[in-house]
Amino acid sequence: MSYLTWVVLLGTSLLGAVAGVLGCFAVLRRRALAGDVVSHAALPGLCLAFLLLGRREFWSMLLGALATGIAGIGLATFVSRGTRTKEDAALGIVLSTFFGAGVVLSSIIQNRVGGGAKAGLETYIYGQAAGMVRADVIWIAVLSAGVLVLVLLLYKELKLLSFDPEFAQVQGWPTLWLDLALMGVLALVTVTGLPVVGVILMAAMLILPAAAARFWTERLGPMLLLAGLMGAVPGMVGTLLSAGVVTRWLGFDPLAFGPNPSNLPTGPLIVLCGTALFVVSALAAPRRGAISRALAALRLRLATARENLLRSLYELSEPAVRQRPAMRLDELLAARAWRTWQARWLVRWAIWRGWVEPAGSGIRLTPLGLEQARQLVRVHRLWERFLIERADIAPDHVDRDADTLEHLLGPEVVEELQRRMESPLAADAVPQSPHDIPRTAPPGPAQP
Amino acid sequence: MTRGARRRGRPRQKAGGSAAACTLDWKVKPCGNNLAMPSPPLEIHDMTVAYHRKPVLWDIDLVLPERSLVGVVGPNGAGKSTLLKAVLGLVPLASGRVEIYGQPYARQRHLVGYVPQRESVDWDFPVTARDVVLMGTYGRLGWIRRPGAAERRLAEACLRQVGMEAFADRQIRQLSGGQQQRVFLARALAQDARIYFMDEPFAGVDAATEQAIVRLLQALREEGKTAVVVHHDIQTVAEYFDHAILLNMRLIACGPVATVLTRENLHKAYGGKLTLLDEAAEAVRRGARP
Repeated sequence: MSYLTWVVLLGTSLLGAVAGVLGCFAVLRRRALAGDVVSHAALPGLCLAFLLLGRREFWSMLLGALATGIAGIGLATFVSRGTRTKEDAALGIVLSTFFGAGVVLSSIIQNRVGGGAKAGLETYIYGQAAGMVRADVIWIAVLSAGVLVLVLLLYKELKLLSFDPEFAQVQGWPTLWLDLALMGVLALVTVTGLPVVGVILMAAMLILPAAAARFWTERLGPMLLLAGLMGAVPGMVGTLLSAGVVTRWLGFDPLAFGPNPSNLPTGPLIVLCGTALFVVSALAAPRRGAISRALAALRLRLATARENLLRSLYELSEPAVRQRPAMRLDELLAARAWRTWQARWLVRWAIWRGWVEPAGSGIRLTPLGLEQARQLVRVHRLWERFLIERADIAPDHVDRDADTLEHLLGPEVVEELQRRMESPLAADAVPQSPHDIPRTAPPGPAQP
Repeated sequence: MTRGARRRGRPRQKAGGSAAACTLDWKVKPCGNNLAMPSPPLEIHDMTVAYHRKPVLWDIDLVLPERSLVGVVGPNGAGKSTLLKAVLGLVPLASGRVEIYGQPYARQRHLVGYVPQRESVDWDFPVTARDVVLMGTYGRLGWIRRPGAAERRLAEACLRQVGMEAFADRQIRQLSGGQQQRVFLARALAQDARIYFMDEPFAGVDAATEQAIVRLLQALREEGKTAVVVHHDIQTVAEYFDHAILLNMRLIACGPVATVLTRENLHKAYGGKLTLLDEAAEAVRRGARP
């Protein structure tokens, strides 16, 4: 890798990390869009700084961007407070107005400077990471270190401010100043990132890592750490892809369609890598991820279906249940609101698990299934009796209520229940059902 | 005796303001306890609060006695929460003055505990119940210092006091509404205050939490502390509190519950909903309070 690529790599990954960490507070404080407003509103500032000086100079450009960026936030606050416009609408108005003004100004500059001499201001719109030089990276490093120290020192204050600003104010924290400081640092990081990823995409650098990190943890500290990482890694990967380093490693260009090298811009690649991390997190994270939630829902449905099947077989063959009489499928179907295909599938599954076995033209419980069914019926009836005794639910309504409860509660609750009954049962005994066993399904949606 | 009279020895009665100027039977406790401060926990003078130039609370005057459990009641939109927020400096006063133990609020923050409405925060926030309770100690810690072993022990004790020690490491969204409310109470306890302000702690909680709050309030009174609690249910005021503040934008009455929740006062506050009022007055008459 060339020296230049190293410089860019360091810059983008540091910037990604610091934006990720700060983005957590922005997202948790519900200011996620503020970064977007700052970055769009910075464009006219960049143009004005260029117009005043007539050239690109680092500090004046930074200052100009910061000035109009913060002015944009201030104006949005003013519009939403002063005119009863909703906050998101006010942010949208200010964002597009400033961006429009910025585009007009940059066109004026383009025309004035003339076709040949490019002011290079359009690079701010989409970003141009390859244009980074040593001085840029040094500034990014200093800024990152500063932000890191600030977050470490004020971790407790920022946490409280983001969670419960009212309580913070009651405790005497200067919430307004803390908020302003947070927004100021956010604006500084945003403006610093503009030359790299551009006005339009900078907000993604703030929001994506925070949103992705939230899926993996329930604590703020780990979330900050993860968000930093999830900002740095896309920064690196995006840079390596864009600089053609990956092409050299692999021996081919993974992003090229056809024979020409892909030559893709860094900023959008960084953002897309961040998006990829977000999508993976949203799908695969334990507990909060979509896959794990779908699996949990499926497990509950399966457990419910198993319990219903075993209980139906038991109750329908009472009082001769010990002889394990065979039961035809249509008898089962009549008692439960199952569709035929659901029942068939369920029976096949139960046979595979060894709870029931084929018998004659139907099925019957295996000894294992009988024992499990006994337990289930006992729990169900304990619930029913409890609900009748304590909750004054009519005996003919109690079946359904017990049904919904028993699938969700563990065995400890049931034993507790049994101790609290007016007439406790001998351990293991199955009480009589307080109502007739329905031989026909109640009307209602099918529930496997 | 009017408020102010005791403190400054100058009796002051507002002309025609008999309903607004209200005094509780504040008795100076003998110096048997270590809280022998001569000033009452809360004094409000001529307080008016306005949102967008529209007054929400008019001319509130009241003094609360030491060691009292005070229910703040009134119809929806009566300004109950606003009263709390104004006292705590969360909304600006249009006029008037608030004193907590004889000093402006800004100087007495360390004596104040606050339980905001449960809906006021995002429960999906990545913190555990223990983290939230520890926030109660932040005010004492000051800038930069992190909670240490002593604060952790305190948080643990506060969680135990509300029966939540088993849930200390749960993320707060994974708690039931009542449990969340108890976490907020534990956080206020961790503030180690002398006067507590609670905004609707009984709203939408389960029976276990309701009992936990009632026990907590009584424990606070035993310790010589004062609690001012916004409460939505007149039926239970007499049961839970010894004093009441009845509001409907103006102060209708305040004092011992039995003298405040009279049929006449309730009629002033709630207007025509008579069946409800009769029930409430009846509940008070039966003397739900020992």
